[in-house]
Order: sequence, then structure tokens, then C-alpha cells
Amino acid sequence: MIEEIITSGRMNHEIDPQLHIWGWEIPLYLFLGGLVAGILILSGVFYILGREERYPFTIKILPIVTPLLLSIGLFALFLDLSHKLYFWRLYTIIRWNSPMSWGAWTLMAIFPLSILWSVTWLEDLKPQWFNNYKWLHSSLDLLRKYRQKLAMIMVFFSLILGMYTGILLSAFNARPFWNTAILGPLFLVSGLSGAAALVVLFSKETREKKIFGRIDLLLITIEIFLLIHLFMGFLSGTQVHIEAAKMFLGGPYTTFFWVFIMGFGLVFPGILEFMELRKFKVPTAIPAILVLIGGLLLRIIIVDAGQASRWLY
Amino acid sequence: MSESMDRRRFIKISSTFLGGLAFTAPLLSNSIGNMIVPNPESRISGLRTPTYCEVCFWKCAGWVEHDESGNIKKIIGNDEDQHSNGRFCPRGTGGVGMYNDGDRLKNPLIRTTINGKQEYREASWEEALNYIADKLKAISEKYGPDCIALLTHGSGGSYFGNLLKAIGSRNIAAPSYAQCRGPREVAFIGTFGEGIGSPERTDIRDTRCLVLIGSHIGENMHNGHVQEMSDAIDKGAQIITVDPRFSTAASKSNFWLPIKPATDMALLLAWIHEIIYNEMYDKKYVDKYTFGFDQLKEHVKDMTPEWAYGITTIKPDQIRETARAMANASPSVIIHPGRHVTWYGDDTQRLRAVAILNALLGSWGRRGGFYNPEKAYLPKYKLPEYPKSTRSWRDAFPGQFKLADLALASGICDATIPSVDDKCSFKAWIVNGTNLITTLPDQKNTLKAIQSLELLVVVDTMPMEITGYADVVLPECTYLERYDSIRVSGHRNPQIALRMPAAEPKYNSKSAWWMARELGLKMGLGAYFPFKTQEEELDWQLKNMDSSLEEMKRIGVKTFPREFDDLYIDENDNFEFNTNTGKIELYSTSFEEEGHSPLPVYTAHDEPPEGFYRLNYGRAPMHTFGRTSNNPNLADLMDENSVWVNPKVARDWDLKNNQYIWLENQDGIRSSFPIKVRVTERIRFDSVYMVHGFGHDSKKLTQAHGRGASDSELISKVLLDPIMGGTGMRGNFVTFKFKAANMEKNT
Amino acid sequence: MRYGMAIDALKCVGCSDCVVACQTENNVPIGYCRDWIVEKTTGTYPQLQMEIRSERCNHCSNAPCVRSCPTSASHYGKGGIVLVDENACIGCKACIASCPYDARFIHPEGYVDKCTFCLHRVEKGQDPACVAVCPTKCMYFGDLDDPRSEVSQIMKKRKWKTLIPEAGTSPNIFYLI
Ligand SMILES: Nc1nc2c(c(=O)[nH]1)N[C@H]1C(S)=C(S)[C@@H](COP(=O)(O)OP(=O)(O)OC[C@H]3O[C@@H](n4cnc5c(=O)[nH]c(N)nc54)[C@H](O)[C@@H]3O)O[C@H]1N2
Ligand SMILES: Nc1nc2c(c(=O)[nH]1)N[C@H]1C(S)=C(S)[C@@H](COP(=O)(O)OP(=O)(O)OC[C@H]3O[C@@H](n4cnc5c(=O)[nH]c(N)nc54)[C@H](O)[C@@H]3O)O[C@H]1N2
Ligand code: SF4
Ligand code: SF4
Ligand code: SF4
Ligand code: SF4
Ligand code: SF4
Ligand SMILES: [Mo]
Repeated sequence: MIEEIITSGRMNHEIDPQLHIWGWEIPLYLFLGGLVAGILILSGVFYILGREERYPFTIKILPIVTPLLLSIGLFALFLDLSHKLYFWRLYTIIRWNSPMSWGAWTLMAIFPLSILWSVTWLEDLKPQWFNNYKWLHSSLDLLRKYRQKLAMIMVFFSLILGMYTGILLSAFNARPFWNTAILGPLFLVSGLSGAAALVVLFSKETREKKIFGRIDLLLITIEIFLLIHLFMGFLSGTQVHIEAAKMFLGGPYTTFFWVFIMGFGLVFPGILEFMELRKFKVPTAIPAILVLIGGLLLRIIIVDAGQASRWLY
Repeated sequence: MSESMDRRRFIKISSTFLGGLAFTAPLLSNSIGNMIVPNPESRISGLRTPTYCEVCFWKCAGWVEHDESGNIKKIIGNDEDQHSNGRFCPRGTGGVGMYNDGDRLKNPLIRTTINGKQEYREASWEEALNYIADKLKAISEKYGPDCIALLTHGSGGSYFGNLLKAIGSRNIAAPSYAQCRGPREVAFIGTFGEGIGSPERTDIRDTRCLVLIGSHIGENMHNGHVQEMSDAIDKGAQIITVDPRFSTAASKSNFWLPIKPATDMALLLAWIHEIIYNEMYDKKYVDKYTFGFDQLKEHVKDMTPEWAYGITTIKPDQIRETARAMANASPSVIIHPGRHVTWYGDDTQRLRAVAILNALLGSWGRRGGFYNPEKAYLPKYKLPEYPKSTRSWRDAFPGQFKLADLALASGICDATIPSVDDKCSFKAWIVNGTNLITTLPDQKNTLKAIQSLELLVVVDTMPMEITGYADVVLPECTYLERYDSIRVSGHRNPQIALRMPAAEPKYNSKSAWWMARELGLKMGLGAYFPFKTQEEELDWQLKNMDSSLEEMKRIGVKTFPREFDDLYIDENDNFEFNTNTGKIELYSTSFEEEGHSPLPVYTAHDEPPEGFYRLNYGRAPMHTFGRTSNNPNLADLMDENSVWVNPKVARDWDLKNNQYIWLENQDGIRSSFPIKVRVTERIRFDSVYMVHGFGHDSKKLTQAHGRGASDSELISKVLLDPIMGGTGMRGNFVTFKFKAANMEKNT
Repeated sequence: MRYGMAIDALKCVGCSDCVVACQTENNVPIGYCRDWIVEKTTGTYPQLQMEIRSERCNHCSNAPCVRSCPTSASHYGKGGIVLVDENACIGCKACIASCPYDARFIHPEGYVDKCTFCLHRVEKGQDPACVAVCPTKCMYFGDLDDPRSEVSQIMKKRKWKTLIPEAGTSPNIFYLI
């Protein structure tokens, strides 16, 4: 028998007996960040591809919510900070080694981009709101000339943002469950999938809904593939990584993960979308909502499980 | 329960009467001029004040460091001090918690009956002390002054002792004798004519072989011992540990002998056999200094390692190898006598075997063995003669315990319970600094004695269990808020240390010195309390020993040169021992005189019945008995005890780590509180282990109440030592229960 | 100069004096600790071995906590001591997540706190509080770059290990085994 115990009663708040520094705030922040990235990527890419008229909801309408979603996400992040008055310190330095730092700066870049992007579309949609602001109208006109460039910059930063939400975690070598390069692509794909689901859910164009349903199905398939890959990676890793994977394969997270995330968050909506593709009658809202909930839960469970996994010594 | 049993119901000291005192406090400070005077200069400039620690009885001297505004910041050791060498143990370092503990006793309390319900009422010092003085006078007139006893552990004892002797009683006992080191003292006095004392006179620092028999140094955190053992390891000393449990010390040892509990005597006798029959003893020393070698040799003739193996489960070659290791180191070898040695009732005899082994190896009075300590001489002010006392606790035990050289706390307790042919049944106790409820074994017996009292005064700093049974509770200030007697203790060099207040007493607490004196004045015994302030008294003493209070405040510790160069026995000297024969008595004539076996014999002890496990207990390094379990700093390190269970046993009972269970002993007593299971290989399969001092019942201990379980509660069977009245506590057996006693009744 | 500590896991008795001493020296609030004790028992009764370790921040030379800090609040100080500037810390807890030893915690005032190697004492030429108090004198502190320092000397004489070397943090606390 090997018995290794802390005998001095170490009970540091939020550290012992198990790390739990991050509750719902960080997962929400990551989810919204991913979702925004997904929306802006879809919007930007399809705009660049010139599908403005075919997918008006995706390109013009959906982005309008991104500044709001980002604000909520940032607010969640802010809520999580334990030394809030010093928040501004984030923006006194850029630290390339720190995902937290470049995440903060990426958001700093995305935030104005998302506003500019949505405001140009907003004027297209509701010109009457802008009647009294001539100066705004003319500057937006100028912007509109560079929409293509703006879209490219925006897609670039959105890709970073989407990856960042995963890389923030995967940079923590100390937590074996996070310590995998798959989290970046996984969260990016999951963000895109969420964005596609939003289109399916709210777009009024049947054709747009259909196309994005298919896109979502593709994304879901990639996501499932990435998740399986994640576990296979762990299982072929070191002892600590195997332990980490075991939390999901017979350990405390097993039911929750396989039922709610894999089952109701991915496979089930995937099947529904597939059935729809095969012309079965399915209410399209259901898979979309499940995908969104699944995306949030995925982040919650990954943030939680990472904190529960540790090096053995 | 009988009427009288009910008379003194346990009261959870309540603070509902707090308002009552708000106005008396300032009044008091006007009327009584000689309270502890805070030391203004130290608080402003000094930034450190000397003290010696009261968290245990090792009494390390150190410094209390203050921050800029004079608040206590931390406590560190005094480099000059031989007890601590400038390093305090965790309990001493955490001593600040005693001062800061919000649960401290704050005001004097008097038991009253309100609407048929017993309650404590806050009282002024004036009222509480008058109440006690009147009662003591009445009891003393009615039954004689020697029916008053003092049970004490700690510094204030000397002041209350003076009061008691002035009243006319000599019945002063500490639990550190019959519940602790009594058997050892009696055994060593019987062998060498001198006891071991505290701090132990063991020259561990320079030893080449240290044998620990159940002495769990490292968990037993007596500072000098821990430090010197570490030094000894550095210098390559061999450590041999005999313990059924894999103690911390065992893990540092060259040899760990995982002995079957209660069989140590057999091992000791086998060692003696080996050493004698292989002529590994110190011949010159034995010839010159000892008496009764031949009888001993004959006595142990058949006690071979093979014989001991059958009893102890220690393999013969291990016994031989360790005997050789001891002999190789001789005379720089210490078979450590231990300290808490009241285990199985034949403890004095076991310690005799330890003493004999040391004698054979010539370690007494030798470097790396036992040194000869020297104490500084502390002048005593000439007081009027104390009245003669005619009766004592001994009268209750005719013909018994004659070899006890100090009073038995348990003896006083037993003698309080009235019996037919009573010579002295006690009517009043003053209890100072000892939580008798958890300190004495057999709680039922202790409570019975308490119910027979007419007055119980408890002086304490905390609302411990014992305070709930008192008629009057007197809150003492902590050691960080008071002066006390100058510390003089035998060590390699004579040394003194000063304790002075580092802060003003919190709340309405006072020092024992002040309480004893006030009581004395009220009882018309002023002549025995000649000094108006404690500073005056200390200064008088110090000035008569080549120092002064002023100097001691500055240096804290003062070392004097030894009078003679006799730390070790001079080989050329013809040293005479203080025994009947003037020799080291391998064969004890004094034991023989009293009808005890002059040579130690092995007796078998009861074994746990099926499904039961021997209750083993001991110390955790960061706690002192039950006195620190409410200390915020130390509870932070360990806030409950656990019951150690061998994995095999855990499997049998399907016990899991950190699961809470109840323990029930052979007499059907179940622990009041559940205790966490620790499944560990460190304990034998026939016993369980827990740290003493947890499972407090007193609700006023907001941190400690109900945390862990109390070993004291489960020790209802006492194995009495016929030689000196020690209360053996290791003959109790427990089993596991999955429900609380009251829950079981309900279902 | 590189400060480091060697701790004798064979001599440490796990008394936790180092933990209380740190608490009173550094005003670590009750309920928190910068150092702690790990007890490791191996084997089956009665064939047992025990190692006791007093643990704290390892002041890693390749410290992931410093790397992950977005504000530079976590930084290397004198002699490589890893420190937190409490007025730069935003409490994002990235450093906590990145420390494989769980050596950091959130001070009740909000910033992240940890062992400082008692820099305030070291600057005065004193040993850290935990080292100074240890009754078994089983801790050695000093400059690892100075071959004459006590800590370098003892490490030459004894076998030692670091904790979780696989994490690649280059710890500067060494356990003598
Ligand atoms: N079951 C069991 N019983 C044991 C032991 C055991 O291991 N297990 N050990 C035995 C041994 S070895 C010993 S020495 C005894 C020790 O027995 P005790 O000395 O009675 O031990 P504590 O329980 O610490 O009780 C000390 C009391 O003194 C109070 N106190 C602390 N500081 C002060 C102070 O400055 N002034 C005053 N007036 N009071 C103060 C505390 O609040 C507490 O109530 O217990 C013995 N009894
Ligand atoms: N931290 C701390 N240190 C203390 C104290 C404290 O309260 N806290 N109290 C001090 C006082 S007053 C005293 S008296 C001492 C007591 O300390 P010691 O004299 O060292 O210890 P004991 O309580 O006699 O012994 C406890 C050890 O005996 C072992 N043991 C149990 N049964 C047997 C047996 O049958 N045979 C053998 N060989 N071993 C057995 C146990 O497993 C345990 O390791 O500690 C002192 N030091
Ligand atoms: S050994 Fe520890 S608790 Fe006992 S007197 Fe010394 S410092 Fe205080
Ligand atoms: S003070 Fe020393 S012996 Fe005690 S736990 Fe700390 S390192 Fe170990
Ligand atoms: S031990 Fe943890 S906190 Fe300390 S330097 Fe290393 S990574 Fe940072
Ligand atoms: S919590 Fe503070 S020290 Fe840690 S990474 Fe964030 S800003 Fe840096
Ligand atoms: S070096 Fe100082 S801060 Fe670090 S654990 Fe030791 S006492 Fe605490
Ligand atoms: Mo004791």
C-alpha cells in the first residue's frame, strides 16, 4: 500500500481538497467567446464568398448580437476576477506567453471589429435609425467600401478567438486533462457549430436553415471525431493522462459527459439533423437548442474536469 | 441517577449574563491596585518580551515579538535556552492562538439555581473570591483543612499550593504523576536513588544508540528531545524503536521492532538475558556500582530471545542484533524511560527493567547516556511555618502505594468518594489547569467524586469540560499576559528563565498569583503572601541570585556555571547512590521491603476479545492533550483526530478512508462523537490508534466541540499499578459502530 | 545567484512547525497556508518506509505560473525567487491553474499569495521563518550557485529528488532522500 496524504490540514480556499478556482463564469466566458467567434467567422467567410443575398441572416443579422454576447462574456470574466479593482492591469502589458493576456488583447481587437461589422449591417437593415446621424452615415459608408478587408481581418481575429478559448485551458500543463492540443480546434468547431445552430434556430429563410443544418451536421461530426481523438490521445499518454481520461471512462464524469454532452449535445441532434436531411419531419429547433446547450455544458465539464485532474506524486 | 448525582449538572457555560459585568470591571481596577501592571516600556520600544512557554510542560524559553503598535505578533525561541535552543515547537509557535482564542473564559462565574435550573451567573472577582473564601473556611472548620485538595498542572500551581499549605492541607496532586511519569520516577529512584525529572536527563545529543520503547519522539514533541534526536541521527547514532505502531520515530530508526502490545516486559528481560549471558555488559561499572547482579542473572536465566519471541512476536535474531547494537554503543546508550508510562499496571516494574538495562550498559552518569542535571538555586522568602497537616490522601489507601513519591491525582479523586471507613474524604477541590474529565481515566468515577464535593473551584483559561462542573469558575489570563514563577529546571547547566506579560490580560481575567493572594488575604492568611506585587516578589528573588527583574526582562534566560564539574560520573570517584545499599540496585531492596517483587517479572495482559481492538493512543505533534484543540492556529493544522485502522481490519469491516464511525469499548461505552477512519499500514491489525485530546463535549469550545472522538471517554478500565498507584490506560478494547448510541436506541 | 532549499525528508518529523511559523511570520490568514506537510508511507506492515516532506512553492526556474500571468504580477525576483506583486494581480487565477504543486492560493483580500522564501528576512541575512524554526533542523536554505553554501554542500553529500520533474518546471526545492 502506498499512502500519501497531506497531514498538516492544508485547506486553502478553492484549492483544497480539489482545485475549484473556476466555477460557471469562465465556462460561460469561453462559450460566449466561442459562439461570437463562430458567428463572426460564418458571417465573414460567407460575406467574402459573396453569399450576402443567400444567407442574409447569417451575414447581416446574427452578427448584431455579438457585441452584446461579448459584453456578457467579458462581464462573466470580470466577475470571476478576485482582485477586480486591478482589472485595468490586464491592459498595461502584452504577455505573449500568457494565453490569458493575448486572449484579453484579442477580445480588445474583436470587440470594436464586431461593433463596426454589425453597425454597417444594421444601417443596411434599418436606415431610418440612422437618419439623424449624418456623420455616422458617411463614416459607415467609408467602412462599407472596405467591408471585404474588414471581413478578412475580422475572420482572422475570430479564428484566434475561437482557438484561444480552448488554448487558454490547454496551455495549463499542470492539469493533465486540459493538457491536449485538441482543445483549441475542438472549441473552435464547437463555437462554429453553436453559431450554425443559431442560424437554424432564428433564420427565417428555409434555404438558409437547411444549408446551415447541413453545415452543423458536418461540424458535429468533426466535434465527435475530435472528442474521440481526445480520449484516445489521453489513453495513449502517460499515467496522469490515463487517469485524467478515466474520469470520463468509468470515473465521476462518465454519466454526465456521455449522456448529456455526447448524447443529447452531439449524437442526438446529429441524428435529428441527419434525419431531416433524409426528409423526415423534425422540428429544426430541437437539435439547434440541444447543440447550444451541449456547447455550454461541454465547456463547463471540461473546465471542471481539468481542475479535478492533477499530477500524481 | 441519584439526587446527589444530579446536584452538579454539567452546565454549558453561557454568556447570557455578559451585561452584568460591564460596570464592575472598572470598579475593580480602582479598588484593587495590584493587578498585573502592563509593561509600558516593552510595549512601546522593546518589540520583544521574554516568556517561557506554557503550551506544554517542557517550558521552553523564548521571546514574544510585537508589532509597531505593541500587539503580539509571534513567539520565537531564545537562543540561550537549553530547552529550546532558540527553536520553539509547533505548539509553542502557535501559542499566540491561546491568547487570541475568542472562546476564552472571560469573567468569574458562580453556579446558581434559577427557576430550578442550574446556571452560571457572571460575578465580580470580589464576589467570587468572597464566596470561595467563605466556603473554604466553613469546610475547613467543619471537616478539617486537609479535606481540601488542590489538583493542578501548570505554573499557577505553586501559588495555589502556597495557599493550600497556608490553609493547612498538603494534598496537592498533578496528573503528570499517576497518569504520566510516576512509574518511571519510582522505578529509577528504586534503582539509582534518583528520578528522571523533567526535562529528562537523557544525553540524547551525544548518544550512540537510542532505544525508544513506545516513546514516540517526533509526535511527542518535547522540544529538546526532538532536537537532540535529530542531532544524534546526524552524528550517526543508532535508533531502535519498539512500538506496535509505525511511529514517526520508528520511521527514522535503524531498527523498528513492531512489538505485540502489552508485551514489552518480555522483550526487556530477553535483552537483559542476552546482555548478561553474552557478557556484553559494562563489567567494570557493574562490579563497582551495582547491587544484586547475581540474583538478576539467575532471574533472567530462562528469558531467552526465543522465549520472548513467543510473547512479543519479535524475532530472536532481531532481539540479539539490537542487544548487540546497544552493547556496542555502551556506555553511550540510552534505553529511554519514556514519559507517559502508565500503560498496563505493571509499569513501575517495566520501568525497573529499563533502569536495569541502562545500569548493565553503564549509561547512568555517562556521556551519551544519562547526565547529572543541575538546577539553579531559587531563594525562597521566609514565610511563617505552615500549619501541620494531620491527614492525607494516603490515609484512604492504607498500606498501598507507599513508594509513590508524589500525591496521586487519581488517589485524591478516589478518596473523595465517601466510603464506610473513611479517614479522609475530600470536600473541596481547587482545580487549576487540568481538565480532569478528560485527564483521569474512568470518567464515571471522576464524576462520582465531583458529585461528592461541597465545593469545586476551577481555575482555567478555557471553558473546558471540567469548568462545567464547578461551583465557581475563575478565568486565568494566559501565560502571555502574566508573570509566573522563575523557571528553574535541572539541565546540563543551571539556568533560569523569566515569563512576563507580553500584553495586558484580555477580558476580566487574572493571574493565579493574584487569585491565590486575594484568597489568602480574604481568609486571613496574609502573612503567607508578603509581597504586594508579583514584580516585587520576582525582583526580590532575582536580586538574591545575582540577577534582577530588570536584567531578566532584557535577557529572558540566564545561565549559571555548574557548581562542580559533575555532569557525568567521574570514573575515579567512588560515587554513592541514594539507595539503601548505596549502589545501583539491580535487585531492589526498597521494593522488597514494601512487598513488591525486587526483580521485574513478566505478566501476561488481557487481549482484545473477538471483534475488538486494543485502544492505542498518543500525541500529535501540533497539539497538547486537549488544551490546544480549540487553538485557532493549531486547529488549523489538525482540527480532528482520526482512528487508524490496519487495511486488513478495514477490509473485514468494510471501512473506507475518511468515513465517520463510532467506537464502543468493552464496557459498552460508545464515543459521543463519530471519528474519521484512516486506513493505514502504520497500525497493527490487533489495535487501533487515535490522538488524545479531541472529541470535546463542551459546546463553548466553538472550534473543538464534537470534532473527532475522545479516547478518555473510552478508557473506563484502569489497570492500577500496585506499587505507586499509576493508572494504566492501555487495557481497553474497542469495536466499530456505524451509528451514534442514541440513534441506535431509536431504531 | 539562485536561491534554493534542500529539505531532509528522512529527518523531518512532520510536526508542521514550519507551517505555523510561516503563518505568524507572514500574517497568513487562519485557514490558509503557504507550506504544508505530505506524509508518504510505502509497504505493508511491518515492512514500511516513510518519507515526510514539508512542501511549498518550488520557486521553479521554469515557472509556468510566471509564464501564464497576464499582468506580470507573477515574476522572478532576486535570486530567482518567484513572487507576486499584489498590486498588479487581477486575480484571474491562471497562475493557480498552471502550478502543478497547488502552491498558490487566493488571499482573502483578492490577490494571489504564496511562499516568498521570506525574502524580507533573506534580505536581512536571516533564514526563512520555516527554516529558522524547524526543530529537527532538516531544512537548508541558500544560494545554489554558491558551491560553499550550506545547501550546495548538503546536496553534494546526499541523494536528492525534486517533485514532479515530468512537469518540467525546474524546481528549486530539493528533497534529500
Ligand atoms: N486518555 C488519556 N488521558 C491522559 C493522557 C492520554 O494520553 N490519554 N495523558 C496523560 C498525561 S501524560 C498527562 S501529563 C495528563 C495531562 O493532563 P492535563 O494537564 O489535565 O491536560 P489538558 O487536557 O491539556 O488540560 C489542561 C487544562 O489546563 C488549561 N490551561 C491551559 N493553560 C492554562 C493556564 O495558563 N492557566 C490555567 N489555569 N489553566 C490553563 C486548559 O484549558 C485545560 O483545561 O493527562 C493524562 N491523561
Ligand atoms: N505534541 C505533543 N507532545 C507531547 C505532549 C502532547 O500533548 N503533545 N505531551 C507530553 C507529555 S506530558 C508526555 S507524558 C509525553 C508522552 O509521550 P511518550 O512518553 O512518548 O508516549 P506514550 O504516550 O507513552 O506512547 C505513545 C506511543 O506508545 C506506543 N504504544 C502503545 N502501546 C504500546 C505497547 O504496548 N508497547 C510499546 N512499546 N509501545 C506502545 C504508541 O503506539 C505510541 O507510539 O508526550 C509529551 N509530548
Ligand atoms: S515543547 Fe513546544 S509546547 Fe512545549 S514548552 Fe516547548 S515550545 Fe512550548
Ligand atoms: S518544522 Fe521541520 S521537522 Fe517540522 S514539519 Fe517542518 S520541516 Fe518537518
Ligand atoms: S511551484 Fe508553482 S507557484 Fe511556485 S514557481 Fe513553481 S509553478 Fe510557480
Ligand atoms: S491571478 Fe494574479 S498573479 Fe495569478 S496570473 Fe492572474 S494576475 Fe497573475
Ligand atoms: S520560506 Fe517563508 S514564506 Fe516560504 S514557506 Fe517558509 S516561512 Fe513561508
Ligand atoms: Mo504527561
